[in-house]
Amino acid sequence: MSLLSEMGQKAFDLGVPISVHIDLTYRCNERCVHCYLDHDDHGEMTTDEIKGILDQLAEAGVFFLIFSGGEVFLRRDFFEILEYARRLLFNVKIKTNAVMIREVEARRMRALGVDTVQVSIYSHRAEVHDAITKLPGSFERSISAIRLLKRQGLKVTIANVLMTWNLGDHVEIRKLADELGATYTLDPTITPMMDGDTSVLELRIPGEELKEVFRTSELVPNMEEFCAPPKPVSDSDLEGYSCSAAHSFCYISPYADVFPCVQFPLPSGNLRRQKFIDIWIGSPQLNEVRSVRAKDLTVCSSCSHVTTCTRCPGLAYLEGSMRGPSTADCEKSFFRTGIPTANMLAQGVTKPASRTLIQIKPVAAASL
Amino acid sequence: MSETYITRSSAIAARMLAGEMMVMNSVDSTFFTLNPVATAIWQAADGRTPLREIVRTKICEQFDVDPVQAEKDAQEFVTDLSQHGILLVSSEPFPDTAASTRPEEKP
Repeated sequence: MSLLSEMGQKAFDLGVPISVHIDLTYRCNERCVHCYLDHDDHGEMTTDEIKGILDQLAEAGVFFLIFSGGEVFLRRDFFEILEYARRLLFNVKIKTNAVMIREVEARRMRALGVDTVQVSIYSHRAEVHDAITKLPGSFERSISAIRLLKRQGLKVTIANVLMTWNLGDHVEIRKLADELGATYTLDPTITPMMDGDTSVLELRIPGEELKEVFRTSELVPNMEEFCAPPKPVSDSDLEGYSCSAAHSFCYISPYADVFPCVQFPLPSGNLRRQKFIDIWIGSPQLNEVRSVRAKDLTVCSSCSHVTTCTRCPGLAYLEGSMRGPSTADCEKSFFRTGIPTANMLAQGVTKPASRTLIQIKPVAAASL
Repeated sequence: MSETYITRSSAIAARMLAGEMMVMNSVDSTFFTLNPVATAIWQAADGRTPLREIVRTKICEQFDVDPVQAEKDAQEFVTDLSQHGILLVSSEPFPDTAASTRPEEKP
């Protein structure tokens, strides 16, 4: 285990929020076909509110800070916030579409010691990328920005959301990332929109296509191990937890709502009414999330995949229960290994059946 | 005898976790944890206070260590961290501008 992993485990064991994701805005200059956000401003945190929260996060022990959105560069105070965060010695990662990044912004991020900039790229073909973002010219602008960022010596990650529109492009995007000197990450997760609209789920790639993705050597270097059948489950495995959500990680919305994770829409408190540390320690919702062990899972505790599955409790919550299965992850486990999941066997199906997902609105957005 | 002045790089992230100072360099992602003595030196790296004075006031007075050995260890520590871009080292005090842009220190 690396030193970094050791410290991450220590934070998890001690219940220290070592990592926090903050969406500074839901406004965006792109209108991606798969995006779950509503892009209106329902009362974003002010600059001073954000600075006050950053003070609290530093005090609580947060080390890794992710600034995302929406598009963070739409906030005129973004660099003021970024500079303040760096003065508090956070390790800062920025998620952006990068279309507003020019040399001056790239240089300033480098000077401020930003760790990584993650840029969303949907295809190596400009026409496909631009069709997904609905912003003509966005591909050229994003790629140009990546070159500027790399020229400044910044680390760049290309994030590729996989959907029906760009199916089959992932190998070429990976090559493009290599050419640009960027790392590459792929995500096949599509979630319902905040207003409950589930039509975007039609963009999810079919499970059979996942099988092919999992067997692409350019993406999965240790394929034999990755696709191996799960090992027998031990009693100690069942004492384990799903992920770091609410243990050492949480999410803060532009309206100061706190959630266990960006993908776990369970409102757990609001920083306009409570201190961060009070929510982190005392929120009944966060405490419930962190109480759930593998043995408590209604279906998954009897599944052979329970220790290797990427089961996301947030996606399970979207399906109705944080202790239930996440069908999207059942699909991944099945198509990765060929071994049916307990969820599939319980339903008597030979391949995962999709369930309707309901997106749950954050408190502030719901009340406006 | 020439003095050694130290200041922290602007590319550094740092936080205390369970009594250990985590330090990470954003340029190459090198990650360290510092022991209490190293943490005391790192926290005192204001670019203006000579390393010898830091060792005398922050190390010898707070930790039960031999002054000669402490200064030798501190020099090695500073050399090591400067090679990883964590600390900047100079024989002259760093300009106020560098010190004023140094990230704030949290208790």
